Amino acid sequence: MEYVIEMCNITKEFPGIIANDDVTLRLKKGEIHALLGENGAGKSTLMSVLFGLYKPEKGLIRKNGEAVQIHGPNDATRLGIGMVHQHFKLVHNFTVLENIVLGVETTKYGFLKMDDARKQVVELSQKYGLEVNPDALISDISVGMQQRVEILKMLYRENEILIFDEPTAVLTPQEIDELMKIMKGLVAEGKSILFITHKLNEIKAVADRCTVLRKGRCIGTVDVAGTSLEELSEMMVGRKVSLFVEKPESRPGKVILSVEGLNVRGKSAGKNLLSEISFDVREGEIVCLAGIDGNGQSELVYALTGMLPVDSGKVSLLGRDISRDSIRGRSRGGISHIPEDRHRHGLVLDYNLAYNLILQSYFNPEFNKGGFLKYDDICSYADSLIERFDIRSGQGAKTVARSMSGGNQQKAIIAREIDRAPKLLIAVQPTRGLDVGAIEYIHRQLIEERGKGKGILLVSLELDEVMDISDRILVMYEGKIAAELDPKKTTYQELGMYMAGSGKEKSA
Amino acid sequence: MDKIQKKLFKSLPADALSSVAAIIVGLFAGFVILLLSNPSQAPGGFWAILSGGFSDMKSLGQVLYFATPIIMTGLSVGFCSKTGLFNIGASGQFIVGGYMAILVGVKCAFLPGALHWIAALLAAVAAGALWGAVPGLLKAYCNVNEVIACIMMNYIGMYFVNYIVTLTVFDSTQNRSQTPAASAIIPKMGMDLVFRDGNNISSANSGFFLAALAAIVIYIILEKTVFGYELKACGFNTDAARYAGINERRGVVYSMLIAGALSGLGGALLYLAGSGNGITVVDTLAAEGFNGIPVALLGLNNPIGIIFAGLFISYLTVGGFNMQLFNFAPQVIEIIISIIIYFSAFALLLKGIIQNIAKRGGGKK
Ligand SMILES: Nc1ncnc2c1ncn2[C@@H]1O[C@H](COP(=O)(O)OP(=O)(O)OP(=O)(O)O)[C@@H](O)[C@H]1O
Ligand SMILES: [Mg+2]
Repeated sequence: MEYVIEMCNITKEFPGIIANDDVTLRLKKGEIHALLGENGAGKSTLMSVLFGLYKPEKGLIRKNGEAVQIHGPNDATRLGIGMVHQHFKLVHNFTVLENIVLGVETTKYGFLKMDDARKQVVELSQKYGLEVNPDALISDISVGMQQRVEILKMLYRENEILIFDEPTAVLTPQEIDELMKIMKGLVAEGKSILFITHKLNEIKAVADRCTVLRKGRCIGTVDVAGTSLEELSEMMVGRKVSLFVEKPESRPGKVILSVEGLNVRGKSAGKNLLSEISFDVREGEIVCLAGIDGNGQSELVYALTGMLPVDSGKVSLLGRDISRDSIRGRSRGGISHIPEDRHRHGLVLDYNLAYNLILQSYFNPEFNKGGFLKYDDICSYADSLIERFDIRSGQGAKTVARSMSGGNQQKAIIAREIDRAPKLLIAVQPTRGLDVGAIEYIHRQLIEERGKGKGILLVSLELDEVMDISDRILVMYEGKIAAELDPKKTTYQELGMYMAGSGKEKSA
Repeated sequence: MDKIQKKLFKSLPADALSSVAAIIVGLFAGFVILLLSNPSQAPGGFWAILSGGFSDMKSLGQVLYFATPIIMTGLSVGFCSKTGLFNIGASGQFIVGGYMAILVGVKCAFLPGALHWIAALLAAVAAGALWGAVPGLLKAYCNVNEVIACIMMNYIGMYFVNYIVTLTVFDSTQNRSQTPAASAIIPKMGMDLVFRDGNNISSANSGFFLAALAAIVIYIILEKTVFGYELKACGFNTDAARYAGINERRGVVYSMLIAGALSGLGGALLYLAGSGNGITVVDTLAAEGFNGIPVALLGLNNPIGIIFAGLFISYLTVGGFNMQLFNFAPQVIEIIISIIIYFSAFALLLKGIIQNIAKRGGGKK
């Protein structure tokens, strides 16, 4: 038998939806097998079945030709199956080393034997090029590093079959390149990888074969080498997707947002988180904040929306100073905000979809009367957004947000923030975790809003998005605006150089 | 069998089912302890607990009477849990509420008719609200953990009330508070006519209706109002609530304040029930406050569920009195009842398992 894992005719149902409908997937030893599909197609569900988190209604799993029962993650680990989840599962106040050995600690007379573990972890990290500091606390390291810890966790458990659920969604382009290399190194060592991503170029770059899911059904498995990007996206969405966005010339009008000399000091003395930030966003333009993650973009957005107090400087919206306004004051004044972290800020996961869609407008007279929520109106409003933005879930407006797929959670936030018809839309990584069809739709929406005379401040780590969508690019480096670029006149190389901090001072 | 199972799961919400399962586990544990302590009398004693509350109309009235204060403290704890806070201070809020009710009941006899007991209730609500608001303010503006502040307030409340009772409304012959004037007693509203056994009249009064009304009001606040929407959002995810511009500090203060008011009202409903109950000057925290915790747990923090949970626990208490006929010492009875209550509460860990079964059953269709 050449297949290490065979998932045959898997069917998994949730209330109101068949997440996996008779899906068959076969993983060869030593291959990188991509899993592609729209948001809510059932990719995470299928992988969770393999990892023992869900019990399928029908179907059979075989390992090396033998049928196996996987009742939980412990069974999966015993069978050599490991998984890096869409949202990581690390203990934040533990060190890297402690997280890696957690659950499989070796002990002697009841005491932890960390020395052996440390040696092993260091060896593994050298062998696969996964540099980490074993003694760093998880809360202190970057998302990219956290992912390495997750990978080391799988390797430490000597897993042979590695599942990566959208590993690249949270990474910077540099980190993605590194991850691709690491994955290739892993299969060269004889491991087999299942890889979920929405980015077709990543599939092209590393995957050998690709299985496509659509609405829970398996559309087919293809050899990546013999399939074009267009064919892949058509298989996934069922129609042709234009990967390039058309947009009319922008006609900037009057200034909407004006930032003057903004400073935010860090917790530790020394470097400022933000120093002397000044820029404008005008009507009818998309301004993009580009930069490598962690150069002050998040802090700038928090400062603009009122979630982080500033030490000095002025923020004005349509000529009015809002520096002292509350978060609510600013949002009612016309700022809407698609946050970076959808689980932390964007959603109340235990509320249903309808309640999440009114999170920024429940206090408006449309949705309440005399302090009482108008539930029927809320639901019909939710239904209209669900329809317009194609938010897919098991039970429509009444679905608990927690049970929705990652991409559909994101679509819900975008729908809410765009529909509030703000004057200024601050969108942080709005297309993170979305499928190509949805990205196309969201990009069109952003350009449409721009056409309506809104100002848009886009924060993105994706160079393609930065170059395609924006009218102006502000590059941030170490809490300062390092350069202002015109996407039509600049190159990826130039942009990259400024992002790395080695460009000439303000150009253009 | 499979079919029956599915029908059951569909008609009964998984939540209520988990509470019922928990109670069964608790009862079983109680029976085991009974067997260990006195095997020959165990079945009879156990039956007494189970049936005692229903033995006659008077007992049934007693069930309502004992349920009233713990429904109030249960609501207090449950309401806070829904908003992400742990109110372990119900005991202190309860006793200051009770004291204020007695104070007004004894001293303000000049108030005409119904105004007297209403004024006494309002005073209790205000005192409880104040006692709850202090930990709320400390948490919101000084970042003091509400559990610690609540425990402090419990002791301050107990010693303060002991002290001030001796100064104001002390009946030194009985070492406890004086009896409130008749006009301060909560009306019976015919409950004394229904819930009696011949001349043996139960202590049931319209306080139970007030507790049920409070539960309904809390339910409406939580589920139907903008205020509840904000409070629950804070409870589920503070960061998201902040992002949405909800003032989470104000939320913390309000929810502790409301919780305090509920417990305070509970105190008033007990001491103005006209059953001869008064605040005894002893150094123990009011048990009604702590019993609110299992009541809220068993009721799954749902206000309506809390009414039933309160009734259930009170039913056991009344049944427990009947066990004395089987020669069980009162202490043993208390232990047994506590075991049933706490085992039930712990068994709620079953909730997850039950829901899984229901999900699987429901998924197939
Ligand atoms: N625990 C759950 N309870 C109920 N429904 C669920 C649950 N998990 C997933 N679903 C539903 O199953 C469908 C498939 O979800 P899944 O997370 O597998 O999608 P996905 O392909 O990973 O999408 P994405 O690309 O957005 O991550 C979705 O419609 C989702 O609403
Ligand atoms: Mg997913």
